[in-house]
Amino acid sequence: MSQQAVSAPLARSAPGRVKLSEAPQSSWAKARERLGWLMVAPSVIIVSLVALYPLAQSVRLSFTNARLASGREEEYRGLTNYRFLLENNDFIAAFWNTVQFTIGSVFFETILGMVIALIINSNFSGRGLLRTAILVPWAIPTVVSSRLWGLMLTDRGVFNDLLQYRLPQLVDWIPGIGGSLAGIFPSPGNPIAFISDPNLAMPAVIGVDVWKTTPFMALLILAGLQIIPGDIYEASTVDGASKWQQFWQMTLPMVRPALLVALIFRTLDAFRVFDVIFVLRGPALDTQTLAIFAQQTLINGDRLGRASAASVLIFLCIAVLVFVYTRMVKVEEA
Amino acid sequence: MATIAGSRPRTAAAPLARRRPFSLGRFANRTIFYLLVAFIFVYTLFPFYWAIISSLRPDGDILRVPTTYWPDNLYLDHYRYVFNNGEFLRALRNSTVISLSTVLLALITGAASAYAMGRMRFRGRTIILYLILSMTMFPQIAILGSLFQVIRRLGLYDTIPALIFSYTTFTLPFTVWVLSNFFKAMPGELEESALVDGSTPFQAFYKILLPLALPGLVTTGLLAFIAAWNEFLFALTFTRAGGARTVQPTIASFTGNSQYEYPWGSIMAASVVVTVPLVLMVLIFQRKILGGLTAGAVKG
Repeated sequence: MSQQAVSAPLARSAPGRVKLSEAPQSSWAKARERLGWLMVAPSVIIVSLVALYPLAQSVRLSFTNARLASGREEEYRGLTNYRFLLENNDFIAAFWNTVQFTIGSVFFETILGMVIALIINSNFSGRGLLRTAILVPWAIPTVVSSRLWGLMLTDRGVFNDLLQYRLPQLVDWIPGIGGSLAGIFPSPGNPIAFISDPNLAMPAVIGVDVWKTTPFMALLILAGLQIIPGDIYEASTVDGASKWQQFWQMTLPMVRPALLVALIFRTLDAFRVFDVIFVLRGPALDTQTLAIFAQQTLINGDRLGRASAASVLIFLCIAVLVFVYTRMVKVEEA
Repeated sequence: MATIAGSRPRTAAAPLARRRPFSLGRFANRTIFYLLVAFIFVYTLFPFYWAIISSLRPDGDILRVPTTYWPDNLYLDHYRYVFNNGEFLRALRNSTVISLSTVLLALITGAASAYAMGRMRFRGRTIILYLILSMTMFPQIAILGSLFQVIRRLGLYDTIPALIFSYTTFTLPFTVWVLSNFFKAMPGELEESALVDGSTPFQAFYKILLPLALPGLVTTGLLAFIAAWNEFLFALTFTRAGGARTVQPTIASFTGNSQYEYPWGSIMAASVVVTVPLVLMVLIFQRKILGGLTAGAVKG
């Protein structure tokens, strides 16, 4: 803020009035170049302070035994932190949890996002309403969404109500096979512990994340779908192509650039996941991700050096992901 | 069917298909399609509906199985509790101040930089643009510890400015990106006319081009507000409960008034309170938000 206040008067005092008799371009151009610098200066200062300097510090601290609380001098410890992490079972488990979570949530939200985007893109009354409706999960804060799904997935929550009472009643009504179908649901009084069962916890958090982030995926894919000209479909329908063929041979290749951008955004986001899991399950080991591990090491363990090393490793993983994806985009363009 | 179509000129196939009277296959397709649409409506909207319903029930009724799926009660005690809870009210005020200031900071610094990036040629321009954009790539967690240290050394721990400044790590790149595309698309004559009128380059910016970028400012402002309002990790780490803490970590650690049971009713009431403004905002400005969200995808 203060930088801006400084830059404004400076900019005004720059050689301002241009007389038409002079060659105006040059002085105006010079003033503009100076103004350009002044205008980016606030952003550059803030970025350096809150991002670049901390990032460099993270790297430096990762080689030390620094702590947050104590005032003692930090000592250089070489690769000790990295060695510790790579031999630490919790860290390795956190890595695989993160990979599982990323693959699971990105996979399901891509498929679901594609289905929703295709539906909104097709011609039916109510498509505008549907597009508005999917903005609701997007707008709901992640913490709220986690708490809300936590309530719905408890032993006595609405999902167990559906599974134990409503759905069996519903399928029982189907003539013939209904009775045996109803048998596959848990009987009343035997709820499924979605959140506390270690085998179901990861699928549950993935489910919650998919609900919250599918709209973003759907909207990005929809933007890609809307720039495909409609007449190519008419032409291929005339040529006898089925809807299925049209999807695989026309829609998918043409929406690929938008899909790829959406995938990049979502993969990077999923890989650094913290809030959705932390609110639902805290630092429980079976769903602990790398970001939760690093945060716990910093706050509860007070190991700034080790937490920084974990952060640097997360950063490296993300850099690799970005590299792979940008290669894919380049291949795409070539 | 295929042989009939094959014997006719191909262009006849489309009108032929449209005139087809009733077919069970097509009827089933339509039904499945609308069932799918109905399912997506329920999937996206039911959870928030359930939050509202639950917030209006006494705690004993919230976890009743079998339950009812319609509002059978108008129990307002949870809202009464939430609006009399000092910690929650404080968090609500903090979140409002922080989110609005984040928007202001992002728009002022972002618009200035975006204008320079979008319309001026100066050395180092590309490097700075990449620098700002690369911030979207690195995760919040990568700077959590060191930023914590910076904040403590500046004496900003548990203060509102600490969050406002750290939130620029995710609001600024986005703002600069969207707005610089906005400025780039404006015709060059606008500035030339400003030059003829004898105004300085800065006057040309804030008197002529900035007002024209208003739609972009609204879009990026809305997205920055939502991002700041929903942020959790920095707020949890850099603030204390009862201090500068915002609503998200407060709701995440809500204990409510009951010691023996999980206070689901108050949690849901608080959740509804912090979500309703966002949902209303999104519904009112949906076109702007859709445009902003997809700006990166279509251009990129």
